[in-house]
Amino acid sequence: MNTKNIIIIVAVIAVIAILALVLAGGGGASTINVVGSTSVQPVAEKLAEEYKKTHGDIRINVQGGGSSVGIKSAQDGTADIGTSSKDLKPEEKTGLTEHVLGMDGIVIAVNSANGVSDLSKEQLKDIFSGKVTNWKDVGGSDAPIHLVTREEGSGTLDAFESIVMGKDTKIKSDAIVQSSTEAVKQSVKQDPDAIGFVSYAHMGDDVKALSVGGIAPTDPTIADGTYELQRPFIFLVKGTPTGDVKAFIDWVMGAEGTKILAEEKIVKSTK
Amino acid sequence: MEKNRLSEFLIEKGLFITAIFSIVIILLIVSFILVEGIPAFENYGFFHFLFGMEWGPSRGQFGVLAMIIGSIYVTLLSLLMAVPLSLLCAIFMAEVAPNNIRKILKPVIETLSGIPSVVYGFFGLIVLVPLVRTYFGGTGFSLFTASLILTVMVLPTIITISQDSLRAVPQEYREASFGLGATNWQTIRHVIFPAALPGIITAIILGMGRAVGETLAVIMVAGNVVQIPGSIFDPIRPLTANIALEMGYATGLHYNALFGTAIVLFLIIGLLLLVANYIQYKYKVDIGGGYL
Repeated sequence: MNTKNIIIIVAVIAVIAILALVLAGGGGASTINVVGSTSVQPVAEKLAEEYKKTHGDIRINVQGGGSSVGIKSAQDGTADIGTSSKDLKPEEKTGLTEHVLGMDGIVIAVNSANGVSDLSKEQLKDIFSGKVTNWKDVGGSDAPIHLVTREEGSGTLDAFESIVMGKDTKIKSDAIVQSSTEAVKQSVKQDPDAIGFVSYAHMGDDVKALSVGGIAPTDPTIADGTYELQRPFIFLVKGTPTGDVKAFIDWVMGAEGTKILAEEKIVKSTK
Repeated sequence: MEKNRLSEFLIEKGLFITAIFSIVIILLIVSFILVEGIPAFENYGFFHFLFGMEWGPSRGQFGVLAMIIGSIYVTLLSLLMAVPLSLLCAIFMAEVAPNNIRKILKPVIETLSGIPSVVYGFFGLIVLVPLVRTYFGGTGFSLFTASLILTVMVLPTIITISQDSLRAVPQEYREASFGLGATNWQTIRHVIFPAALPGIITAIILGMGRAVGETLAVIMVAGNVVQIPGSIFDPIRPLTANIALEMGYATGLHYNALFGTAIVLFLIIGLLLLVANYIQYKYKVDIGGGYL
C-alpha cells in the first residue's frame, strides 16, 4: 500500500514536470529580442504588451543593459532591436537603421517650498559639481543645497551627466544616491533644500519642476527642442527591418504605437 | 515483508534527501557567487578590491573598503541600541510580566517581524529622515537613520529568542535561588541570566545577521554615498545596498565586482559567526551532563 502511494506520487510529479516543460516551451511562436537602454525598457515593455494583445503568435523579450549594450547588440545581431537613449556617434550608425520613438525630457525637481524656479544649465553644473553649495547663491534662501542623484548605470543619470555635466565634470561624490525615480521624488518632496533630476514621463505634482534657462519642461518645449535637457528614445535595427521585426516597428511608429508613446509621455519631436 | 522493506528504504532515503537539500542549496549558492565573483578579484586584485577607497564602475574603480566599514558601523550601531532594549524587554516578558500582559506583548512583537522591509524603508524615508534632518542637521540620510530602522527590525528576533531561552531555564534554579533568600532581581541577575546566556548570544547573532544582510530598508534611508562616514549623521553605503543598487545595469567586470562584493559580505558574516560561536562556547553553562 505504501509503495503504491509513493509510486503514484512520483508519477504525478513526473507528469506535472513534463507538462510544465511543454508549456514553458510555448510551441513555435517567433521571438523578437529587444535589448538596450534601461530608460527605454519600461516603454518598450509597454509597447510589447499592447502589441501582443492584437498579435497573439509572437513573443517579445525586453532586456536592459544600457544604451551602449543596445547599440552593440544591434550591430552584431544578437538582438533584433537595440534600444538607445542617446544620440549615436557617426561611426556607430554604420549599418544601422534608426527609428526615433520620440524625446524624453530630464526634469530638475525641487521641493514645492523652494523659492528658486529657474536655473541656467551653467548654474545646474555648478550646483551638481559642488561649486555652489548654498541656495542663496542662485537666488534662493540661505540654506545648504542637498543633492540627490541616481545610482551608477541609470539611464537618467547617464543622460543628465552627458547633457549638463559634460565630459570632465563629475557629480559631487557625497550626493545622496537614490535607486529609482520614485525615491528621488520622495527625497525631494520631504526635504525643502533638496534638488534632483527625474524623467519627464514620471514627473508629478508633488515636487516642483524647475525651468532651465527660462524654459519650462512641457510637451511643446520638448518637442521643438527649446527645453535643452532632453534625449531621444531610439530603436535600432541592423540593415533594414524585415518580417516580424518590420511589422512590430511599423506598428510602433503607426497610430496605435504613437498613442501609447503619448500616454507614456514620450514627446514626438517637431524639430 | 519485501514490500515493507522497500517502503522503509524509500522513506529513509526520502528523509535523507530532504535533510541534505538545504545544504546542497547553500553550496550551490556559494559556488555560484564564487564563480561569478572571482574574475573581479583576478582582474582587479583581491587586496586592491578589499582596501580600495574609490568605487566608480564607469571609471573602472572597484574598491569596497568604505562599504565594508559602512556595513560594520551600521550593524554595530543598531546592535548597540537594539541589544539593551530587547534584552530588558525579554527579561520583562519572561520573568516579570503577568500573564495577561505577556499575552498582548508577544503577538505585537511577532507582528513587528512580519512587516515587510520595504514598509520599514518607506516609513524611514517619510518619517525618520525628515526628523533626523530637523534635529541633527545634514540631509537626514545617514548612518544613524539606517541604524534606527535596523534597530526596530532586529528587535523581534532578539526578543523572541532570548525570551525563549530565559523561559527554558529550569524552574528548580528559581526555586533554589528564592529558597536562599534572593530577591526576584537578584535571581534574574545572578541565576537566570547567566544560565540563559548561550541562548541570548544566539539571539544576538541572529539579530546581527539580519542587520548585516538587510538591504531594501537600508537603501531607502542610508543615502548610499560611498564614503567612510566622519560622524553618525553622514550618509553611508553598506555592501548589500551596493549590490542591489547597481545589479540591474551591471555588465562585464562591474557585474563580477558586485558578486565580489557579495563574497566580501559572505566573509564578514562568516567571521562574525565565528567570533560569536567562540563567545557562546566560552560562556556555556554546564549543568549535569549537558549545557543550556
